Amino acid sequence: MKDSLTIHHKDTLELNPDLSIPDPHQDTYSKTILGFWMYLMTDCLVFASLFCTYAILHRETFGGPSSRELFDLTTAFIETMILLFSSVTCGFGMLAALKDEKRKVLFWLAISFLLGASFIFIELREFSEFVHAGHDWTKSAFLSAFFALVGTHGLHVSFGLLWLAVMMGQIHYAGITVDTFRRLSVFSLFWHFLDLIWIFIFTFVYLMGVI
Amino acid sequence: MKKARQPVFYLLFFSGLIFILFLIMQPLSVIHFRDYITVIFPEGIVGTDERNLLLIIQALMLVIVLPVYILTFVFSWKYNANNPKGSYDPDLVDNTAAEFIWWGVPLILTAIVSVLTWVKTHQLDPFKPLESDRKPLTVQVIALQWKWLFLYPEQQVASLNFLQIPVDTPIRFEITADAPMNSFWIPDLGGQIYAMPKMKTILNLMASNTGDFRGSSANISGEGFASMHFITRSSTDEDFQKWITEAKESSQKLDFKSYNQLTSPSQGNPATTYSLQDTHLFEQIINKYMHPIAKE
Amino acid sequence: MFGKLTLEALKHEESQNSAVLSMLFCGLILIGLITYLKRWKWLWHEWITTVDPKRIGIMYIVVVLIMFFKGFGDAIMMRLQQALAVDGPGFLSAGHFQEVFSAHGTTMIFFVAMGVVFALLNLIVPLQIGARDVAFPFLNALSFWLFAAGAMLTLISLAVGKFSTSGWLAYPPLSGLEYSPNEGVDYWIWMVQISGVGSTLSGVNFLITILKMRCPGMTFMKMPIFVWSALCSMILVIFAFPILTATLYMLTLDRYLGMHFFTVAAGGNYMMYVNLIWAWGHPEVYILILPIFGVFSEIVSTFSEKRLFGYVSMVWALILIAFYSFVVWVHHFFTMGASPHVNAFFGIMTMVIAIPTGVKLFNWLFTKYRGRVHFTSPMLWFFAFVLNFTIAGMTGVLLSSPPVDFQVHNSLFLIAHFHGMVIGGFLFGFFAAFTYWFPKFTGFHLDEKLNRYAFWFWMIGFLLAFMPLYMLGFMGATRRLDHYQASTGWHPLFVIVFIGALIILCGALVQFVGLFWSIWIRKRNWDYSGGDPWNGRTLEWSIPSPPPIYNFAVIPTVDQLDPLWAEKQRGLPKNEIVYEDIHLPRNTPMGFYIGIFSLIFGFAMVWLIWWLALAGFAGILICVIIRLSGKDAHDHISANEVQKIEESYRTGKQTAL
Repeated sequence: MKDSLTIHHKDTLELNPDLSIPDPHQDTYSKTILGFWMYLMTDCLVFASLFCTYAILHRETFGGPSSRELFDLTTAFIETMILLFSSVTCGFGMLAALKDEKRKVLFWLAISFLLGASFIFIELREFSEFVHAGHDWTKSAFLSAFFALVGTHGLHVSFGLLWLAVMMGQIHYAGITVDTFRRLSVFSLFWHFLDLIWIFIFTFVYLMGVI
Repeated sequence: MKKARQPVFYLLFFSGLIFILFLIMQPLSVIHFRDYITVIFPEGIVGTDERNLLLIIQALMLVIVLPVYILTFVFSWKYNANNPKGSYDPDLVDNTAAEFIWWGVPLILTAIVSVLTWVKTHQLDPFKPLESDRKPLTVQVIALQWKWLFLYPEQQVASLNFLQIPVDTPIRFEITADAPMNSFWIPDLGGQIYAMPKMKTILNLMASNTGDFRGSSANISGEGFASMHFITRSSTDEDFQKWITEAKESSQKLDFKSYNQLTSPSQGNPATTYSLQDTHLFEQIINKYMHPIAKE
Repeated sequence: MFGKLTLEALKHEESQNSAVLSMLFCGLILIGLITYLKRWKWLWHEWITTVDPKRIGIMYIVVVLIMFFKGFGDAIMMRLQQALAVDGPGFLSAGHFQEVFSAHGTTMIFFVAMGVVFALLNLIVPLQIGARDVAFPFLNALSFWLFAAGAMLTLISLAVGKFSTSGWLAYPPLSGLEYSPNEGVDYWIWMVQISGVGSTLSGVNFLITILKMRCPGMTFMKMPIFVWSALCSMILVIFAFPILTATLYMLTLDRYLGMHFFTVAAGGNYMMYVNLIWAWGHPEVYILILPIFGVFSEIVSTFSEKRLFGYVSMVWALILIAFYSFVVWVHHFFTMGASPHVNAFFGIMTMVIAIPTGVKLFNWLFTKYRGRVHFTSPMLWFFAFVLNFTIAGMTGVLLSSPPVDFQVHNSLFLIAHFHGMVIGGFLFGFFAAFTYWFPKFTGFHLDEKLNRYAFWFWMIGFLLAFMPLYMLGFMGATRRLDHYQASTGWHPLFVIVFIGALIILCGALVQFVGLFWSIWIRKRNWDYSGGDPWNGRTLEWSIPSPPPIYNFAVIPTVDQLDPLWAEKQRGLPKNEIVYEDIHLPRNTPMGFYIGIFSLIFGFAMVWLIWWLALAGFAGILICVIIRLSGKDAHDHISANEVQKIEESYRTGKQTAL
């Protein structure tokens, strides 16, 4: 395919020399990746602010339940594994994209999507349990900080799922091109980043909250 | 065009004139407004210490500021393009010695001011009790919407929008709010500290002279915030005791229940004294926010 | 159906009604003018859908000028109120006055100052680094439209409903649901949040631009100092704005979902808001001033016909200022009761920042030393800057000592200090930059005589309007008071301050009229120098004025600082120029559409019109998805066309703006 990005090499990405990329000086791929890293840093700082806030507020239970009484480590562990695996499958998807294997890419992306969706499902179930037991975010600063921090991560994952669906659509219709590969790389950075943030949440919110 | 003065002359002359005028206005206005300039001519020992620190730092800053002004005027005149006397040396683009001076001198000055600041910040910590051989008087301050309530737990007296204190006596203000963040400020006596709900800040002040001093809130707390000024009366011991005695006989009683009526927003409340029924009222007000309450 | 929105929202006090009507009137005149001149299509194709940073920069300036007018109007109202409201109510109610000063600060910081920064970066950075565009042209346009959406929300808040009464930073508990239940704080949240997203995106954009798109040979230490200042400023943006985003997000959650981040009850901690907002707020003021320092470095150097003195030292000063701006934030609330260890530490750190700032002043002065200084109006503004900013800096050191701050915190002394910084520093720098680079983007000069009149009005007006405030602070005058007693003795000074504000108004009017007058008489001030009217030193002066859309026909290669100056000194013969095809990103309406949907979303969220908010949000998502699908469209200018355009410049057939 004329727009196909790669030549079939097993372990390196080599640009197809016949590609008529507009203005080869523009360096779009590396600029975009670096730019997205910068954006991820800003997102990281948003989470850092939420973490900081959680650290300050997590003891303010105002007579309600504390983290020790509330959190179920099993659920959190399952969520962690799900997200970890979805990162792995996303990685497999990227490897397949490097090899220009469109069907495999779609397969692995679909698995990542299912895993991500089940993460959201489990998290929503955890939240609704808390809410039905009367421990909603209006009850104390601790609960507010918890729902905001974990919920914001969940919102990011949900947005990621939407993005993933769009990417799957793009790859289905256009295949692996310069543009879809670049966007997929950016998406996978986002997805791995969310996994990283979740590790922090699991450690500092759930694990340390239960000790 | 040779006969006419260079345009730069007018710039330098008139701007210099303007600045000299403003400089002259300073001491003139100090003399004219002297009685009102509470921060520079305070009536309390804390305020005096703070004022002295201000003047010292100001003087040290002039060591940098004056050369900057002088150089600005001199260089503007000497090196302006129409002045044939200024030499032109386009290769003069850095000078290590000069850099040493203007990194070094400000660094030294900053170090001096830093040490001074460290020491004085600790000495003038609002929470730190003042040294005096007289027993401190505790006054509890509550910022409300939009008035100030003063409790004298030891004297069992309370006062709204009016504060009376004995002169030359260290006053320990314990401050909170039942309102948005306010700031308790009597500039004649010394610096301010925030009055915040659910928190207790402490401010130690002492008046050196008798008189009536203006106090106010220095942080916006809603629509009536500008009305939150009050008189602080520094009086002799006898006058203070007289006031306390009169207040104790006040028909108005203040306890937690009647206090709750005071919390509804109002402005311009006249100065009122109360007999304080509940000496732990202050703690109760702070604790209001600590536990889940069934009623509002 | 309409959430909280009722017809009550359209009812205002007398003074506000006339402001709203005049705003609507101006808007209608503008629409009428564009229709009469049949310029809608031109507006759409050349401006609204543009991704050219030169055009985007000019659009930022337009919005800035409109918002400056509004913010200045607020200021005049405030000072008039304070000149009148002695032992009486004045002409504004307390609530209205509080809306006015909250709007004043918010408008000036977020929609004037930030707009100026991004205008300058858009206009100057690509030119100075020898690039044709920024790293992410669409994102750049999007950032502008988000900024414009925020500005529009500000103007709407004037007409529909009430604005926030809790100041430009909206401290809780005052800004929480309990004490500010109406829509005011929500307006504030959404206008700042939406434009804040634009700022963050611009931060990433310009950072990558400077890192990756400098022309060959331009290493870091050969970059123009303005680009260094932009780099440092954008690093600050990236680190600081996310904190603002998160903090406003938490305040939003408090107000919309009943959470308890900053409430008094249920364990909330409003002091944390103060810390977070200033952890953003302090870097923010350095984000504003660093590019202005860069501007002055360029201007002083050019008009002294001498390279900037101590370039390396200046670069390090910028970096140090940027770094230290993150460790001083507590100085905004020494009076909140922190321990003396904490207060003293932050006080000392604040003083330390004064050192590199002073270094910069000396380096500028010594650039003039043994130079050939031309006192054009940019240099007049520099002169005013040195005199006024120094005073403000000095009072800043005074404020940085906690015990002194206890007596002057939140008083008019503080107001005088930071206005000295923002007006004496930032605004004068903007005026200098505006005059300096105006010929580059239009091909003609601003009227110099009117510039000088404006300078004198501003200089005298500023001193009259702000020097007495120092004295007022010493007299115990708190900020934000809508009335006071005659017994305080403040009244005469407030009258003087108001007169000063009126003189500044004269200056602003002279500038405003001067702008249109200069356009009217542009033939008289035409730049015939081929794009280098000031005998400049950096790359932007090496291309025609106004620049062609691709900026540089051939990407330059540099080998030292002030490359244009070096080239002029060497008197290089013009080599045979080899033209290449140039690819530029194509215009797109998506940025504008996303801006519109953001405006709808913001407005709907303020009034709790959930279906409209959802529609707005969905609109944003759909536009983003459309934009990020499909190929990146480019426009193509062939080498022959480029050659023809370049030759038309040489033969003087350039077209005016």
